[in-house]
Amino acid sequence: MQMRMQTEPQTIAEMKLVLEAALLTAAQPLSLDALLRLFADRMERATLRMLLDELKTDWQERTMELLQVASGWRFQVRAEYAPFLARLSPEKPQRYSRAALETLAIIAYRQPVTRGDIEDIRGVAVNPNIIRQLQERDWIDVVGQRDVPGRPSLYATTPTFLDDLSLRSLAELPPMENFAQAEIPLDI
Amino acid sequence: MIPAVFPAPTNVRIHGETLTSLPQDLYIPPDALEIYLETFEGPLDLLLYLIRKHNLDILDIPMADLTYQYMAYVKKMHHVDEGFKLELAADYLLMSAMLIEIKSRMLLPKPAEIEYEDDPRAELVRRLMEYESIKLAAQRLDALLQVGNEILVAQAYYEQIVEVQAPVVSLEELMAAWKAVLERASHFKHHKVSRAELSVREHMSHILRRLQQDKLVEFAALYNVHSDGLPKLVVCFLAMLELVREGLVRMTQQIAFSPIYLQIA
Repeated sequence: MQMRMQTEPQTIAEMKLVLEAALLTAAQPLSLDALLRLFADRMERATLRMLLDELKTDWQERTMELLQVASGWRFQVRAEYAPFLARLSPEKPQRYSRAALETLAIIAYRQPVTRGDIEDIRGVAVNPNIIRQLQERDWIDVVGQRDVPGRPSLYATTPTFLDDLSLRSLAELPPMENFAQAEIPLDI
Repeated sequence: MIPAVFPAPTNVRIHGETLTSLPQDLYIPPDALEIYLETFEGPLDLLLYLIRKHNLDILDIPMADLTYQYMAYVKKMHHVDEGFKLELAADYLLMSAMLIEIKSRMLLPKPAEIEYEDDPRAELVRRLMEYESIKLAAQRLDALLQVGNEILVAQAYYEQIVEVQAPVVSLEELMAAWKAVLERASHFKHHKVSRAELSVREHMSHILRRLQQDKLVEFAALYNVHSDGLPKLVVCFLAMLELVREGLVRMTQQIAFSPIYLQIA
């Protein structure tokens, strides 16, 4: 299906085509505000949300899926095709060290935190390379300084972090249970 | 807390010696220790490992056992790894001190007037539980699919055609611009002194040839005012004066303001 006229989209089908073209070509997830600009702001947000839901349904049987993440909507390849596409890139995906992952977890679950907070929880000094590594990935950034002597930087996770893990908000992080409690052996 | 339900082993041999009873402590082959050292992320990690391996109740830690085992580990670390990093060693030693402090506070008799006192282990337990939560949360984070690894984002190519909108120019603007250019150019004008490309001698020859042909020529007829430029007219006049001076040509005039004629002398 294609749009024939170079006028403003009139029908729902035409509006969805405009959305689809924009989302398929976007380099980053597109926010609702960005998508509204497609229609010169002559659209209600509720209508846009409805169109996005319909578009998502339209693509259900296709290789791409429309997904909502923290900073907006994006098309991504369905998970079942990823192993095949991985064969195209020779380098293995990089994984973070345990120290980096624990640092990231502390920032994600306890944000905003200082280096001191991270050290208190892990019981060892923070490796500055890990902080830099996570900042370069644009997963964490400095959101302020704690009002104590030395004014240490407060770190928090970024929307990119959520986008990259396909999360819409921090609330969608895997729940942090009190794991220790659950494993207490019964003292009979 | 050590499970006592295991039957006594009968045929377990370690380094040639038959093991008759389960070791009370966690047994680590010496070779394996090096591997453990790299695995632990710090003193809390090591403590958690000891607690879990030994199936200790984290809420009722037998401090003496734990401290003893922890110290044994830290000592072995020093032996195995000569280059054991100082700051890392400090973290581990600080924890040793804390463990011993907790144990000694537990040994102190409670004064009768204090009815309720916090368990000295409470802070350690809180930290251990906090660390374990984070440790497991980190594993869960790592298990999440990531953009760039498992998640591939669609990005179809599209050629962004930038339409060049030609700006509108009025005639008045164009003329104003041209005047401005001229005015600016005039500031750069130089007074050029160049060699005379017009030869007086050459013109003298021209005049002589003309006079030989026509005998008597009116003064003005020698000048082509319309096509010759000013320099050429000047050179022509100079040539004429030169011819007269050299006595080759004679100039005549009947009365004042009447035509002047030239002829070969």
